[in-house]
This record gives sequence, C-alpha cells and structure tokens, in this order.
Amino acid sequence: MIGMIIRRFFQLIFLLFGISFLVFSSMYLAPGDPASMIGGPTASESDIEAIRENLGLNEPFLTQYASYVGGLVQGDLGYSYQTRQSVSEAIAVRLPNTLKLAIASMIVAIIIGILAGLISALKHNSWLDVGSTTFALAGISIPNFWMGAVLILVFAVNLQWLPVGGMSSPWYTIEGMKELILPAITLGTGAAAMIARMTRSSMLEVIRADYVRTARAKGVKESSVIWIHTLKNAMIPVLTVIGVNFGSLLGGTIITEKVFAINGVGRLMIDAIAARDFPMVQGSVLLVATLFVLVNLIVDIVYTYVDPRIKYQ
Amino acid sequence: MGETLLEVKNIVTEFRTADGQLPAVRDVSFSLNKGETLCIVGESGCGKSITSLSVIGLLPSNGKIASGEVLYEGEAINKYSPEQMRRIRGNKISMIFQEPMTALNPVLTIGFQLREPLMLHEKLSKNEATKKGIELLKKVGIPYPEKRMNQYPHELSGGMRQRVMIAIALSCNPGLLIADEPTTALDVTIQAQILDLINDLKNDYHMGVIMVTHDMGVVAEVADRVMVMYAGKKVEEGTVEEIFNSPKHPYTIGLLNSVPNVDDPDFELEAIPGSLPSLNDEIIGCRFQDRCKFASEKCRSQEPPEFNISSSHIASCWLEEEGELRWQS
Repeated sequence: MIGMIIRRFFQLIFLLFGISFLVFSSMYLAPGDPASMIGGPTASESDIEAIRENLGLNEPFLTQYASYVGGLVQGDLGYSYQTRQSVSEAIAVRLPNTLKLAIASMIVAIIIGILAGLISALKHNSWLDVGSTTFALAGISIPNFWMGAVLILVFAVNLQWLPVGGMSSPWYTIEGMKELILPAITLGTGAAAMIARMTRSSMLEVIRADYVRTARAKGVKESSVIWIHTLKNAMIPVLTVIGVNFGSLLGGTIITEKVFAINGVGRLMIDAIAARDFPMVQGSVLLVATLFVLVNLIVDIVYTYVDPRIKYQ
Repeated sequence: MGETLLEVKNIVTEFRTADGQLPAVRDVSFSLNKGETLCIVGESGCGKSITSLSVIGLLPSNGKIASGEVLYEGEAINKYSPEQMRRIRGNKISMIFQEPMTALNPVLTIGFQLREPLMLHEKLSKNEATKKGIELLKKVGIPYPEKRMNQYPHELSGGMRQRVMIAIALSCNPGLLIADEPTTALDVTIQAQILDLINDLKNDYHMGVIMVTHDMGVVAEVADRVMVMYAGKKVEEGTVEEIFNSPKHPYTIGLLNSVPNVDDPDFELEAIPGSLPSLNDEIIGCRFQDRCKFASEKCRSQEPPEFNISSSHIASCWLEEEGELRWQS
C-alpha cells in the first residue's frame, strides 16, 4: 500500500511535466500577445518590444519552457505578467474558496446521488424510480451556468433567502454556509446525477446476486440485506464514478465561480486566460491536475477498505 | 420411517411475466420424513429448483405460490408473513446453493457471514458466535478454522467455500436442509467429499434433506427416495431402489439411459430426443408426449393421473394403468 502511494507520487511528477508541456505549448501557439495586453492600446511598438524582452518572450520556445521548468522544480511557479504578483501566492489566497466549493459540491453530489440511486433501485419501476431517473437525466443535461443563473434568480433575487454570490465568511458560520448552498447545488447536480445512475444500476445488479439470496436464506432482516450485504458491494463502481467526477467538478468551478462571483482558482484561471497571463494559467492548471490525481489516489486507497479482493503490491 | 417433517400438497407456483401468469410448478405434492433424503431430479427448467424455493419462501419477486399448501411440522408455512418466514429461514429450514463461488458475500469475512445466523436466531453474543462458528468450521472439515474466520471468500477454494456454506446452513440445527445442486460446480473428487459430508451431518442432526439435482450419480449416492419432475409436474416417485431397478415412466428410463455405464462395454448412451416444452405451452394430455416413443392416442388426449405401482412407488403414465391394477390385486 505504502509502495503504491510512493509510486503514485512519482507518476504524478511525470504527469505534471507532461501537463505543463501541453499547457505551455498551447499557450505559446494560441493567438494573442501577452506583451501587447500588458502594454495596453496606447503602448508604442518599442514599449511592447521592451516588455517582450523583459518577460523573455523573444527566447526560443524550448528555452522558455526550460527556464519555466527550472523554476518549477524549485517550487517557483513564476510571476504574473499582469500584476507581477507571485503565482503561488495568488493561488494560495484563492485555493481555500475553491476547495470549499469543490468539497461542498461533492458532498451534495454524494448525498443526493446515492440517496436518489438507492430509492430508484429499491423502488424499482415505481413512480419514485421514474422521478429519480428523470432528475438524473435533467441533472446531466442542464448546463451549470444556466442552473446557477436560475437558482440566483429564484432563491437570491426573488425569495431573497440566500446571498447572490461571493464567498467571504468562514464556512462554519451560518453566513458562510448560506453562501455555499447555491454554488454547491449548481456545481454538484451534474455529479449527483452521474452518481445516482451508477448507484441505481449497481444496486439492481447486486440485489440479484447469489450472495444476497444466501443472506435471505439465512433469515437476515431485509434492512441488513440492503445495508450490509448489498450496499457495500454496490458502492465499488460508484466510488470510481465519484473519483472521475471530481475532475469535471474541478473544471466546473471555473464557470460556477464566475457565475457566483467567488474569488477562487477557477475565476483566477479564466481571467488569466483572457489576459494571456501564461504563468498564472500554468500554475492553476497544474494545481487542478494535482488535486485530480490526489483525489483519485484517495479513491484507490478507499477501494481497499471497501473491497478486500483489491490489494496493491 | 420416522415422523413426517414436511408435506407439500398440490402446490402451483406461478410467475408473472410479460406473457401473463406462467405456472412453473404444476400441482406437485410430496412429503419428507425426519432423517430422510429426497432427491428431486429432472433436467434444467423442469421446476425442481422453483419447487425447493417455494418451500423455503425465496421465490423471485415475480413468483408466488398460487395454490396448495406447504406444511412444516404440520404448520402451513406458505401462509406465514414475510417476517415469520424470515425467522424460519436459516433456523428451521436452511438452504445451500449451486455456486459456492458466488453464494458467499465477497466483501464480508467468513466469520461475519457465519456469525450472522447464530446471532440472529440463537441470540448469541459475538464472542459466543465466534466460538460456535469455529466449532462448525471444524465439523465441516475446514483446517485452521480460527484463521478462516478472518478470511474473505476469495481466499478459499470452491470446495472450502461450499463447506462454509454448509456450516452456515447448519449453524442453527435446522430440521430441513434444502441443497440445490450443491456439487454441480465442484470437481468430481470434491463432489464425493461434499456429498459424504451432507450425509454424515444429516445423520448427526437427524435432518430431512431435499437434494435438487440433475445428476443420477448423486441420486444413487445420497437418496432415500426420488421424485422425478418433468415440465413442472411430478412424473414419478419412489424409493431409490425402485427408481433405479424398475423405473416406470419413460422419462425416468430416459434419464437413467443418459447416464454412462462404465461397467458395461456395450452400453450405448441414449439421449432423450427433443426438448422441454415452454412454460406457456398449453398441452392437452401428457406433457411428455412429444418426446415419448410409447405415446399413444390416449396420451395425446388425456392427462395421466398418478398410478400406484407399490405403496411407495408412483408414476404418472398411462402405461402404468395396468401396473396399478396388478398391485391392487
């Protein structure tokens, strides 16, 4: 197990190199010149040239990449072209908000998803099942930005139950929780729908398994048949879905943070892309990739507790 | 022999399907004494498993006993509520299944699965149940039982798992053990061991055993009495000697002829031609008529009743009409 974790960390390093190269080259090839963005519309040609020289943008691609990676291995993510602020600092300030949002959304997704899937499977072919599958289909189909806008309109603007946006209070206060509710629902619904569908099909499969019949033949109470003999087995594929969905959820923070005006890494990233602020984009993408890999590592570790047949050498 | 443990009277088990109500078991009656082994024999789909599931009340959700009675020690258990039935299962009536590889829960330890019925039915504490569990594993011939308690099913071989299943089934000293093809998925050498084990335990616990099988070799090994089923109906019933030495129903004869005889070099393996009729086929007359080389006009127009050939031997075949007369005179 420890060996597996160490190996994963080495894999992560190589993965991050790969990702940094991809992001670096795509930014290099993308249209738009950071120097002229920084100089602004009034800057003269020579000013822009000076900025370019200053940022090292005139160097050949590989030299630029090498110097970036050189900083990276020393833990230096570089400085923002726009604000000259250190990228690591800029991210560190915003990371807590993004993590809060991602974790809250995942909790929403897991609770709603598993409950809906369970109800669906246990009341197979009833109106509850139909309702929950319809919810799942809607959840997958509705885009984040639309859902966020509608929720704001209904619960913040019209009913005025919850704040329109922002995230400034600590999460453990009432205010902080109120700020989290709408963004977490917006971001979590898609993942909830995926989890619900997987839970449903997995439960339906396991409930017909021979060992569930054995449990009934032993005279086990129906509640234990579901909670002990069925659920643990049915959760194995659901775990995979949770891990994979965490990735798209992190991607979803970009839009959700924008819609709810949350000062997080997602918003930082989208603003950086618009401003051609390469180091900032690089830094945030690498962070998101690292989070994704870590979450999937956690999922892999949880597997061994759920399924004794899985062992890592 | 002994007192009656189980009596099944005219049960009809139906399944609700897209094609309407389909009867899988048609008007089947049999009885079982304490300490006796009854083998239910027939080819796949003949209703033998459904008959046994009807007894223990574990029919799939779309199946139900439409009419008839299941009496266990004189009590009509088919009228019991699901909760009453649950208290009987694993306690007075136990069942072991065909596939030991999938019949144990892969994510729970052997110990957990073995303790469960003991704690539920016998109200033992966890410690007492562990002790009793270790004893049971010893009894069914599992080496290092203490170690096995903490292992998971995938760490055991198929034969070992079937022994664990037997230990679980016997944990609460049931009066009736239903074994649905318990050896079909096992190696031949292991098969004999498992059959011996079931036989020994039957004698120790003085249980009634219903063994569902399609293997005539298994029947010869363990049965006291045999019931042959075809397309949802009982076609012949008798002691094991009667069935093997003087089978009456052409289907039983066919079954026996399709078992290779290694002692006789001239023996020709004879398959029964054709296949089982579908559940929703409305057949007038005998259900075996299309595959029977003796079928007459009468077989195609009238369903044969049960004819008594001796006090213990019954066959549902028009050919035995005279046999009954002979026995009565």
